[in-house]
Amino acid sequence: MGEVILTMKEIDKSFPGVHALDHVNLEIRKGEVHALMGENGAGKSTLMKVLTGIYSKDSGTITYEGKEVEFSNPRDAQDAGIVIVHQELNMMNHLTVAQNIFIGREMMSGKLINDAKMNKEAKKLFDKLNIDIDPTEKMGNLTVGKQQMCEIAKAISHEAKVIIFDEPSAALTESEIEELFKIIRDLRDQGLGIVYISHRMDEIKVITDRVTVMRDGGYVGTLITKDSTKDDIIKMMVGRVIYEDPKTESTVPKDAPVVLKVEHLNAGKMVRDVSFELHKGEILGFSGLMGAGRTETARALFGADPKDGGDIYVNGKKVDIKNPMDAVKCGIGYLSEDRKRFGIVVQKSVAENSTMAALDDYMSGIFINKKKENEVAQKYVQQLKTKTPNVDQLVVNLSGGNQQKVVIAKWLVRNCDILIFDEPTRGIDVGAKSEIYHLMNELVAEGKSIIMISSEMTEVLRMSDRIVVMCEGRKTGEIDIAEATQENIMHAATLRD
Amino acid sequence: MAKNEKKGNAFSNNPLVKAVGSQQIVVLLAVVVLFLVFSIASKSFRQYTTILSLLDTVYYIAFMAIGVTFCLITGGVDLSIGTGMICYSLIGAYLVVHVGVPVWVGILVSILCGVIMGFFNGFLVAVLNLPPFIATLCSMMITRGMGSIFTGGLSVAWPSSGSAQGAYRNMFKLNTGSIILPIGFILVLVATIVMSTVLNKTRPGRYIIAIGSNKEALRLSGVNVVKWQWLAYVISGLFTGFASIAYAGVLASSVAPGAGAGLEMDAICAAIIGGTSMNGGSGTIIGTLLGVFVMALLKIGLPFVGFQANMQQIITGLVLILAVFIDVLKNKAR
Repeated sequence: MGEVILTMKEIDKSFPGVHALDHVNLEIRKGEVHALMGENGAGKSTLMKVLTGIYSKDSGTITYEGKEVEFSNPRDAQDAGIVIVHQELNMMNHLTVAQNIFIGREMMSGKLINDAKMNKEAKKLFDKLNIDIDPTEKMGNLTVGKQQMCEIAKAISHEAKVIIFDEPSAALTESEIEELFKIIRDLRDQGLGIVYISHRMDEIKVITDRVTVMRDGGYVGTLITKDSTKDDIIKMMVGRVIYEDPKTESTVPKDAPVVLKVEHLNAGKMVRDVSFELHKGEILGFSGLMGAGRTETARALFGADPKDGGDIYVNGKKVDIKNPMDAVKCGIGYLSEDRKRFGIVVQKSVAENSTMAALDDYMSGIFINKKKENEVAQKYVQQLKTKTPNVDQLVVNLSGGNQQKVVIAKWLVRNCDILIFDEPTRGIDVGAKSEIYHLMNELVAEGKSIIMISSEMTEVLRMSDRIVVMCEGRKTGEIDIAEATQENIMHAATLRD
Repeated sequence: MAKNEKKGNAFSNNPLVKAVGSQQIVVLLAVVVLFLVFSIASKSFRQYTTILSLLDTVYYIAFMAIGVTFCLITGGVDLSIGTGMICYSLIGAYLVVHVGVPVWVGILVSILCGVIMGFFNGFLVAVLNLPPFIATLCSMMITRGMGSIFTGGLSVAWPSSGSAQGAYRNMFKLNTGSIILPIGFILVLVATIVMSTVLNKTRPGRYIIAIGSNKEALRLSGVNVVKWQWLAYVISGLFTGFASIAYAGVLASSVAPGAGAGLEMDAICAAIIGGTSMNGGSGTIIGTLLGVFVMALLKIGLPFVGFQANMQQIITGLVLILAVFIDVLKNKAR
């Protein structure tokens, strides 16, 4: 490790209603790989966006190469030598590799672009990195791994001094990760400062020199990687005080029947051999970090995405769910994490949304029976305590929590006994949150069963009777609530294979 | 199906095919085959005069299609080119015939009108962020009304080839006395080569492709996306201006207000048949020109082999479905 190249000190940033960064510190030295770790929403990405000028900071200082700086956009940061390699690649698939690398600063001969020279320069960059990529190949024809190498080559061509990798390994295969690590080590040995954002504990141990941990927008501390254990880091990541009472034991009777059994479910890369059981009256929590494959599992189960294999049993009977219609027929309802896109039709009324999944039961001949529709909508507005002046109110005018209640009503109207709640309280304020929790508890008390996918540790510990933990498409743990702690959940969530 | 795709890959990996584009080669073959089929089937199709009348329809559609290809590559569209072409042609003709300005001034005014409309469309799309379909649909209505209002609802004829002022028609058809030479074809070829170079070898072209491919990525690369998206519509307007002159130059009768609706579709179809993607990011000018020939051959050729004229529209529709389906397959493969 060499001298300090970049210091972020006491960085503070608030968005309306959220204190996103609370006096965060980060120090990067030349020739080090520095991990930035934390749970979902800990503020890692926000901190990097402040650094590269996508967000402006409220207070604090950024010192780069001995001078205080504030970049107004990523382009400025890039020109100064700070480059992000994004998780979502920013590539133009229709252009060639070389054209992508030199976009915005094409090499010219007179008025015409000199593609031959750009190809030659790109080749030189790749040679320097020891990668074999044809600069004249169309970007869209490369694998994600190769595209990422191109991003790195682009970063180096900017004469980067600090490169930020934002979860670079998320979409890569094992051998591609090996190749990536080799490049990162080379860059480090050339004296660059590397920021490495990742959830994968074993990678952190292998590639990084120091680790800075963030939690809930705050700075927790910085460790030297080789002097610390995985448990040290996990403790720092989750060591928050939980204010709400966590559930201490399961409320499900020991002999409760299995209502849903999933065996060896496979779907694409994100769902690999997932098996679990759901009992009557149970809330089964699904925990894991971003990209663990929880939503994908739910979507495959629900028939929203194609399955590659696996068996599903509902109430002991094997069922073949090919599309959401089949799932609904089996009594499974799915409450999407993205309400506005998949859950409700915001420009329609509460009543219309309530009967959307069960419209056949509310028809008189070819016409919709408005009276019957209003009655049932009214019934669930009362039962769920949805705050709306009347059932003709457009859903767009309701708050997030009340919109969520309309989605719940939709599946209750359809008589669904198995409900999949995907991030049920995302974007819902604290008061409405506890109402949704209360409602979920009432539902299971009535004999419904719930699968709850949640990225909030407190929510998982407060609501679940049992917890399934996933990592990279695989089930890596199943923990009874009596034994569940933040540490053992996080441990399973960072377990690779 | 799987077998076909495999074959397509081997084919598309050939270096020659890679340089020109696989769809372009298929379309070129289609042009040759259509031409041969019609020539063999009908003696009267083989006449030089038939070829000339075929080229007459090629010129103005080609200019429009070359221009609109730039909009399509950005992921947009320009629907105002058909009615725009008639509008600019009417304005030029009116100035020449009823106001008495020299023909070359009339021509310049027509082209200038196209450029102004292009600026207007580009402003709506690139600056105000209106959806291109809606923005240019409005411009289509505006240009249709404008041409008619300008001439007071009258049809106007550009000076005929025999008249003193008719010399400009030699730009498209040069009558040497013994033979009529299709000079316009050379103009179209020059335009194709120049605009092909602009698209593939200059910064504006590169950025127009990049906008269609991933506008956000281009913006993050520090490129002024508004400016270059705007330019695509100006190019479309400029070439519609050229088309308005080509239309006047080959048309024997007068330009009628209200005509021209639907011609934008011929131009857009030609571009798509030629391999331009409606999703933006890919397309070639040469492909577009070949697409224009496919359209023209179907239009002119089918009646010669005993099909009713309207049959051409049905067949064009089917050909277009095929072209778009190929585009869908290509995107899926990606």
